[in-house]
Amino acid sequence: MTIVDDPQTRPGGDYEHGRDHEHNPSADAPERPIGFGRLQRKEDPRFVRGQGNYTDDVVLPGMLHGAILRSPVAHARIVSIDTSEALARPGVRAVLTGKDLEPLKLAWIPTLSYDVQAVLATDKVRFQGQEVAFVIADDRYAARDALELIRVDYDILPPVIDVRHALDAGAPIIRDDLEGRTNNHIADWDCGDSVATDAAFAKADVVLKQEIVYPRVHPAPMETCGSVADFNRVSGELTLYVTSQAPHAHRTVIAMVSGIPEHKIRVISPDIGGGFGNKVGIYPGYVLSIVGSIVTGHPVKWMEDRSENLMSTSFARDYIMTGEIAATKDGKLLGIRASVLADHGAFNGVAQPTKFPAGFFNLFPGSYTWEAVYGKVTSVYTNKAPGGVAYACSFRVTEAVYLVERMIDRLAIELNMDPAELRLKNFIKPEQFPYDNKAGFEYDSGQYEKTMRHAMDLIGYDELRKEQAEKRSRGELMGIGISFFTEGVGAGPRKHMDILGLGMADGAELRIHPTGKAVVRISVQSQGQAHETTFAQIVAEEIGIPPEDIEVVHGDTDQTPFGLGTYGSRSTPVSGAAVAMVTRKVRDKARLIAAAMLETRPEDLEWEKGRWFVKGDPSAGKTIQEIALAAHGTMELPEGVDGNLDAEVTYDPPNLTYPYGAYFCVTDIDRGTGKVTVRRFLAVDDCGTRINPMVIEGQVHGGLTDGVGMALMELIEFDSDGNNLGGSFMDYLIPTAMEVPDWETGFTVTPSPHHPIGAKGIGESATVGSPPAIVNSVIDALRPLGVTAMDMPCTPARVWDAMQGHATPPI
Amino acid sequence: MHVTMTVNGDEVERDIEPRVLLVHFLRENLGLTGTHWGCDTSNCGTCVVQIDGEPVKSCTVLAAMADGHAVRTVEGLEVAGTVDPIQQGFMEEHGLQCGFCTPGMMLTARALLDENPHPSEGEIREAISGQICRCTGYATIVRSIQWAADHPAETADSTLEDEDVKA
Repeated sequence: MTIVDDPQTRPGGDYEHGRDHEHNPSADAPERPIGFGRLQRKEDPRFVRGQGNYTDDVVLPGMLHGAILRSPVAHARIVSIDTSEALARPGVRAVLTGKDLEPLKLAWIPTLSYDVQAVLATDKVRFQGQEVAFVIADDRYAARDALELIRVDYDILPPVIDVRHALDAGAPIIRDDLEGRTNNHIADWDCGDSVATDAAFAKADVVLKQEIVYPRVHPAPMETCGSVADFNRVSGELTLYVTSQAPHAHRTVIAMVSGIPEHKIRVISPDIGGGFGNKVGIYPGYVLSIVGSIVTGHPVKWMEDRSENLMSTSFARDYIMTGEIAATKDGKLLGIRASVLADHGAFNGVAQPTKFPAGFFNLFPGSYTWEAVYGKVTSVYTNKAPGGVAYACSFRVTEAVYLVERMIDRLAIELNMDPAELRLKNFIKPEQFPYDNKAGFEYDSGQYEKTMRHAMDLIGYDELRKEQAEKRSRGELMGIGISFFTEGVGAGPRKHMDILGLGMADGAELRIHPTGKAVVRISVQSQGQAHETTFAQIVAEEIGIPPEDIEVVHGDTDQTPFGLGTYGSRSTPVSGAAVAMVTRKVRDKARLIAAAMLETRPEDLEWEKGRWFVKGDPSAGKTIQEIALAAHGTMELPEGVDGNLDAEVTYDPPNLTYPYGAYFCVTDIDRGTGKVTVRRFLAVDDCGTRINPMVIEGQVHGGLTDGVGMALMELIEFDSDGNNLGGSFMDYLIPTAMEVPDWETGFTVTPSPHHPIGAKGIGESATVGSPPAIVNSVIDALRPLGVTAMDMPCTPARVWDAMQGHATPPI
Repeated sequence: MHVTMTVNGDEVERDIEPRVLLVHFLRENLGLTGTHWGCDTSNCGTCVVQIDGEPVKSCTVLAAMADGHAVRTVEGLEVAGTVDPIQQGFMEEHGLQCGFCTPGMMLTARALLDENPHPSEGEIREAISGQICRCTGYATIVRSIQWAADHPAETADSTLEDEDVKA
């Protein structure tokens, strides 16, 4: 194991593993840590008073309201649109159609994957819920009323809904807007070594093949997407309040799309009511609010309703995977193949780094050593909503981990081997890091066996197996499911990773005021992750100013340095590193000033948290607050210091970070109804250095709940006509407090060797790690009935079918 | 139409369209944006407020139906500069992340504790089961409500209840 060099940031020895929240943490917590540790959130006082400021809370003088007319059908040619009646209605200021946008060159905009997407349909509609017209009216109700008065004549076309037939000869061509397009194929991609994998399979005792479907789900944050655009016709300046996880990237893209120069655009992402990847893309509604403001000369607000959110904005997953695994009869893993058919919907709007058209699916070899691996992904168009790579998934890591963890359990069944033992036998060992996973990614650090055994101890694995045996003898269905995941987060090194040509680095600026209070400005945007707290803690840890004296500024492009935003668990790995580095830069500057103050040489000074002092004479020192005052004062500053105490950096990560974890799920299944109850769930995570254990625990809990949703409840389903059957919360079921257990969590600490503070990121770990643990648990419970595989979601009806031997894929 | 109601102890009167939902009335007519809107189908509960002490989903109530009643929103939880124990509990136990569902959760929890000062975990989970939180996984919300149950306000609550009754 490699640990970070800086003793200031190295976790203490007693901090290496443990269990979160053993009884009452607030009773034990130290008073307000200056640095890392449990600390109440700086965000909370405004939120518990209802003083958050979300996009829909923004009200500007003279503001108008927009509403979008959407296609009721999945595939149709637009014959005509008649807006006259809507326009005549009192309170309506304007009605826009695709034809109005064409002269502005705004009918189509680039997607995040070098495709184009219609803002308002001009030729055809390509999915149910696609944007067709935009009404701007005096208030929310008037805008909605006018939608009813727009007449659209559609010439219905046969849709492509079943992704398995999207590439059939004779399938309707969805993207006939693209020149020369003769099929629905988007891209082929592969990784690993197919020849070596064939050789590994050839010498295996056991070879298994299994189709594993990760169906379409939706991030569905509690706050839907929306924007308020305010274009000033005199100054040419646009202020856009928008539900954005990436305000700087959005500003750049909006400049490219709209022709408004970037320096005239200010993007403000106020408080965000949850993102989960849903607020990474640029949606037609955002563009329409901008156009609406330009056209009317008033600020224009657009907020989608819940059905619009579920039917038109970024979905997640939709991967039909086939896994093949090869092993010796005593359980030594030899090779794994993954073959994927990916449904990208009607426009290829997947958010992922340019050179990674299948995201980081390269992580499908998981946490194990193989002789060889090979993966390939084919993506296609269908008549469904575009988007993809959303829902807390680290760019397809979710799918990759689900595949390998299901395959490992499938092999354990075949070998009649304990699934924990099979994993322990094949883990990458600590001394093998940095580890080339044979699919193109280099894992930074891990102590997989230690973490796995810690989890087995915490859950009482052996006792659970005994309990299960007793229950099985009585005919009861109890399952124990395991998932051991390795994630790759913190995209990423700019020479390899960009989105639309924007390198994935992040900036940070730190200013220490004369009185020793600080402001740090960051490029990422919180959607609930507590950046205002944890980033202040990073500064505090590095320079010794208490977190309450540090203000974190984010979410406003006029106030913060450029960077690519918050998604793929990249805030702490990239922006957190930037904050640590900028603080160290300020600390170095403070050293020069302190040396001048103490009339000694900088190299004769030593740092302890909060002050520089003379080596061997701890009483001779200057606190950071004293240094800050001096930096702004009248003393003669040393060479190389031109006054003030501030700095800025841009951090380009050398590699991804690789958090990992061992998850255990205990389920009980009602034999009479097929209902699955998650009785216990233990998550033991290793996210490297832990900044705020309370926040980490919260991030894990939320991800586990997402996992229960996907594994047991959530599904965006379509009928054969392309009608979205998951278009409201009546149909798209999200876990409530009744469906989830009291989470159990634990941790180990294996710092990232290349990250300045050793942190790896935690935001998406549990969403990635939990679905396979739950589904493996369901399958384990159903083993006495001969079940060896079943796809999500494990609803009572689908489990019942599996119990009768009729398990079917959801799509 | 004309409506008159008490909101957080203050009497308000407005002329409104009869179809205006209470959630929109609170947010847009009164500017009380702490009450949120999250779905169209009464499933998510981000819009929960109290009417005469009972938690209701304000997206499913016409403002007209609140005429003559006492409405309490998140803005009315803090009294005379002192936060309600439920607000303190959410801060103590990390019961919120993005904060969007939080006002509705707190108002349901306040109503629960007013009726049942020492609820079991099961009773707490059932009380908030009509509401969705996408961030926390609920365990910390349960702990937050337990914290509030363990730290009741001495007098603030009874005072406010009296005011509500009078209103």
